[in-house]
Amino acid sequence: MAEKSLQGKVWQFGDDINTDLIVPARYLNTSDPQELATHCMEDVDPEFTKKIARGDIIVAGKNFGCGSSREHAPLAIKSAGIACVIAKSFARIFFRNAINIGLPILESQDAIEEIVTGNVVKIDLAAGKIYDLTTGKTYRATQFPPFMEQLIAAGGLMEWIKQKKMHNTVDCQ
Amino acid sequence: MTITEKILAAHAGREVVEPGELIEVKLDLLLGNDITAPLAIAEFQKTGAQKVFDPEKVVLIPDHFTPNKDIKSAEQAKILRDFARQQNLHHYYEVGRVGIEHAFLPEQGLVLPGDCVIGADSHTCTYGALGAFSTGVGSTDLAAAMITGETWLKVPATIKVIYYGKLNRWVSSKDLILHLIGDIGVDGALYKTLEFTGETITNLSVDARLTMANMAIEAGAKNGIFPVDEITIEYVQKRAKRDYKVYASDKDAQYYDVREYDVGTLEPQVAFPPLPENVRPVSAASEISLDQVVIGSCTNGRIEDLRIAAEILRGRQVSSNIRLIVIPATQAIYLQALREGLIEIFITAGAAVSTPTCGPCLGGHMGVLAKGERALATTNRNFVGRMGHPESEVYLASPAVAAASAVLGRIVSPVELGL
Repeated sequence: MAEKSLQGKVWQFGDDINTDLIVPARYLNTSDPQELATHCMEDVDPEFTKKIARGDIIVAGKNFGCGSSREHAPLAIKSAGIACVIAKSFARIFFRNAINIGLPILESQDAIEEIVTGNVVKIDLAAGKIYDLTTGKTYRATQFPPFMEQLIAAGGLMEWIKQKKMHNTVDCQ
Repeated sequence: MTITEKILAAHAGREVVEPGELIEVKLDLLLGNDITAPLAIAEFQKTGAQKVFDPEKVVLIPDHFTPNKDIKSAEQAKILRDFARQQNLHHYYEVGRVGIEHAFLPEQGLVLPGDCVIGADSHTCTYGALGAFSTGVGSTDLAAAMITGETWLKVPATIKVIYYGKLNRWVSSKDLILHLIGDIGVDGALYKTLEFTGETITNLSVDARLTMANMAIEAGAKNGIFPVDEITIEYVQKRAKRDYKVYASDKDAQYYDVREYDVGTLEPQVAFPPLPENVRPVSAASEISLDQVVIGSCTNGRIEDLRIAAEILRGRQVSSNIRLIVIPATQAIYLQALREGLIEIFITAGAAVSTPTCGPCLGGHMGVLAKGERALATTNRNFVGRMGHPESEVYLASPAVAAASAVLGRIVSPVELGL
């Protein structure tokens, strides 16, 4: 299960950060999460993985994770130690993949406009609240539908499948 | 209801569905490739599952880094092969008999009108050209569906796109879809369906429609879909090995938005790096010199695409500054091109012709760019570093523009060759 409260330093990115930027296809001849993590965001900032600390947070603009269906993208982010991605919006396959593998993601319009690189933010996932400890401001994230909350609470899709599907007690709503 | 809503309702065992509803659908086909399936197989095995829900409905296609480009890719491809053998999958295809997944599956009649399909590849939306619902997912979604034969989906709202007008010479379906993405942006259809209609569309071949549905994802769409007509039926009838059902949008179907385009005066389009939405007419690109041209991919590697390229390259030479790489998308297309004399035209013109592979489209192999190099490709993405070095550039265009540009060494319409 994902930790309910997260705190870390922010790394800010722009709009339309695509999966080729998150992990370039030239490294997809492996699916080892640790190896993928070493190339996270490499084509945006080659030093990114050296600069970040475990628990740091990515803040980005609209359409984060657009492009390919590669689950290697959220895996690389998660394995690099990023605790959460906050964006104005997510591309739909990335959104599914992040929830499926248990990478916490939040959508928030306001937070994106104001939180910048270097700020320290605290996130209460259960309450959907983002606290910018640097500026003292609080933001509310868009709430997920109850079904997705179930997936997140189960720790991702496969855990949910094991708990529900493989015991024939499915409730999609 | 729209065609998409009807297909989803039928697969959810429901009379009616509405946009925004979360539903569970039964799947007719699942797809994975040599990049995405290894992760899915690992997740499948972690659950302790023994068998896939139906060995006829799980398709594994080694097409991205194949023929294996290095030892690591060989290991990935071997995971598919071993799993396919262990599970007795009916639709695993080996190098020499395979092709790029989104060209290969329709060609083999594996996807049919009315189907509900997911694939661990973002361009799975291609099959909407046949009047099927198909969408891309990640590896874990594929793993779960391999066990259950189902997946959860949010019913998408639909944007109806209506095209009017007769296309000018050398203007193709690639230009229609690039023009749309240029207008609505890379998230202009986020989470939504793009339903392609209008008189211009009714004259397009299935090959041309596959090109458009293929790039629905480049506008963020969940799926792209076409009405089924005589052209579709003629295409699928000779390929189908099972029954299929034709759905059509109701006259009073509800649309999120309706966009109309008069394309009678449209020029060939070019998407400038680093996003497919940076679209300009080809006349605004003629100063741009090139190092490489690629004709192929799941977007534009079909027989019609090769015929257009050959028509332009016949009796001409590829510019001495250009490396032209032509990649027929499947073995059947390659053989057809050979029989029609197209391959000879390409080789005589000075092009390299490759066995089917996704290769250069994603900077994998078979045409990776060096720092500072510039390519024009008939592929679907021009992101930073997409075809190689992060400081290389990719421009997207049709096979006609690609072939003409290969001759002159800069981005041009075939009109500049006097055609």
